[in-house]
Amino acid sequence: MGEIQNFTMNFGPQHPAAHGVLRLVLEMEGEVIYKADPHVGLLHRGTEKLAESKPYNQSIGYMDRLDYVSMMCNEHGYVLAIEKLLGVEVPERAKYIRVMFDEMTRILNHLMWLGAHGLDIGAMTMFLYCFREREDLMDCYEAVSGTRMHATYYRPGGVYRDLPDTMPKYQASKWRSQKEVDRLNEVRDGSLLDFIDAFCDKFPGCVDQYETLLTDNRIWKQRTVNIAVVTPERALNLGFTGPMLRGSGIEWDLRKKQPYEVYDRMDFDIPVGVNGDCYDRYLVRVEEMRQSARIMKQCVAWLRDNPGPVMIDDNKIVPPKRVEMKDDMESLIHHFKLFTEGYCVPEGEAYAAIEHPKGEFGVYIVSDGANKPYRLKIRAPGFAHLAAMSEMVEGHMLADVVAVIGTQDIVFGEIDR
Amino acid sequence: MTISIETLAARIDTRFGERVTRVTSICDELTYEVAKADLVDVAKALRDDDDLQIDQLIDVCGVDYLTYGEVEWKTESATESGFSRGVERKPVILDESDSFDPRRFAVVYHLMSVEQNVRLRLRVFTEENNPPVVPSLVSVWSSANWFEREAFDLLGILFEGHPDLRRIMTDYGFIGHPFRKDFPLSGNVEVKYDSDRGRVVYQPVSIEERTLVPRVIRDDNRYSAELKDDAGNG
Repeated sequence: MGEIQNFTMNFGPQHPAAHGVLRLVLEMEGEVIYKADPHVGLLHRGTEKLAESKPYNQSIGYMDRLDYVSMMCNEHGYVLAIEKLLGVEVPERAKYIRVMFDEMTRILNHLMWLGAHGLDIGAMTMFLYCFREREDLMDCYEAVSGTRMHATYYRPGGVYRDLPDTMPKYQASKWRSQKEVDRLNEVRDGSLLDFIDAFCDKFPGCVDQYETLLTDNRIWKQRTVNIAVVTPERALNLGFTGPMLRGSGIEWDLRKKQPYEVYDRMDFDIPVGVNGDCYDRYLVRVEEMRQSARIMKQCVAWLRDNPGPVMIDDNKIVPPKRVEMKDDMESLIHHFKLFTEGYCVPEGEAYAAIEHPKGEFGVYIVSDGANKPYRLKIRAPGFAHLAAMSEMVEGHMLADVVAVIGTQDIVFGEIDR
Repeated sequence: MTISIETLAARIDTRFGERVTRVTSICDELTYEVAKADLVDVAKALRDDDDLQIDQLIDVCGVDYLTYGEVEWKTESATESGFSRGVERKPVILDESDSFDPRRFAVVYHLMSVEQNVRLRLRVFTEENNPPVVPSLVSVWSSANWFEREAFDLLGILFEGHPDLRRIMTDYGFIGHPFRKDFPLSGNVEVKYDSDRGRVVYQPVSIEERTLVPRVIRDDNRYSAELKDDAGNG
């Protein structure tokens, strides 16, 4: 009998289930994997190096492009680190706005994850359902920042501007009749807050729909139950954070344990898994979406009652208002100085972490007192998760690799940076 | 159980004594410097001791302190033209010497205890050898694996005892370590498709490097306390 050799297979980098540009070199025995070697870096843009040569504010836009399905959360980590070094306290209203948009981003991210994860392992309808709700949230992004994805809305010292009183509306076209447009615009008549409020009321029903399709679905369970089980001890040792850690049964959420902004005033629960398999992580994320809607609802209520500033009143950090610039010399100088030189951050180092939809997103800034960071390090949650890929797929079948990529919620923008 | 960073600092001081040095922080963070030789022992103790229980390695970050505190711009001696006309660029320092400034490269470890809800930062300087070497922590925290590969790839720091120290971010066959401060922002080579040879080729970078940052200002009159008082009086 001839010698039996292992089979090496190349998965990606151009593969629809690789969530972008992942190249996996799989060593297999028949259809069973016994080693996976992910090759990453195909989307490496050197964000950290680029940020080292720019004034602080000019890098906020880069943060959106890290994890490009949870844009505002990335910005949040970055501005928190700067604010920590500057020692500034953000106005109350800005904190609530940030929390509201963080949670909106969490829903956006989880919808994208649920749709793609479903699509990867055979649930086509999920993708369509999820994108239906994502569309509404993208409209909120657009209303507040002017762009649907790369918002650049958070600034050190607050948020760029207050919430708008109107929502952008659909217009009739060749593809959309007036009747249909009227129906879509019905909820868009009020302010942004009204729209978000209506969304939060509607959304739990949508989650019920997703769950009807998947939670008790026999095929879904066959593909996810007992796949890629991670014990709590290993999850900690491997540096897992966020839903990956909670799926393994560890009750850990930065929003509860190390609350930032106004999370300590919010009423919400942390879902925790039991078995640490793909199915538990699915349940955890689905429940997180419900909790996010709950938090958003509380923010809307507070924001309605409490108008106020959304930026700190310090022209050494925040540019003055456009109107003031017209007839105030001092404001004009401040504006010019801030947009050419930026602001100097005191010498020192800071690490700020937030509960990103994917886990702990941390930004470590070393400042030497200049108007640009000396060293910026982004701690991407997905990086630690993908590093555990080999351990998670070992002994599983080839088709399960796709389920594992899905359950890790991989996005290459943040892993490759 | 949640403990404060001061409680943790007291425990670390009694446990390790002279082997670790606390670094002051401007924003309430706990940072310690550890000697290279003690790193693995300290890390193991941090993980295993019952009153420390630092169970997670969150991040590993390499830092190159080559140009720390230096100004690229020197506006007094501006040349005639160009955007970055005031720039005084230091010649690129080649890595051929046997030694570096002992405080040039550092590896920063961000640690966290889920059990005690506290964060801690360790910093190790690589000392003078070229290439810089520090012991690997993969045996203590598995998450160190890829983070150390990244630090190796981007800054050229070697991790002794790492099971699989390969490049991770850069292209196959890449030369140099891009996050070092003497590596130009625009890189050294660019890629293009050569239609004659029918394949992708590398060639020296054709764009000229320039300084994109406006003047770096450290002692700014705007922040001077004396001037502020004057403005108030006047």
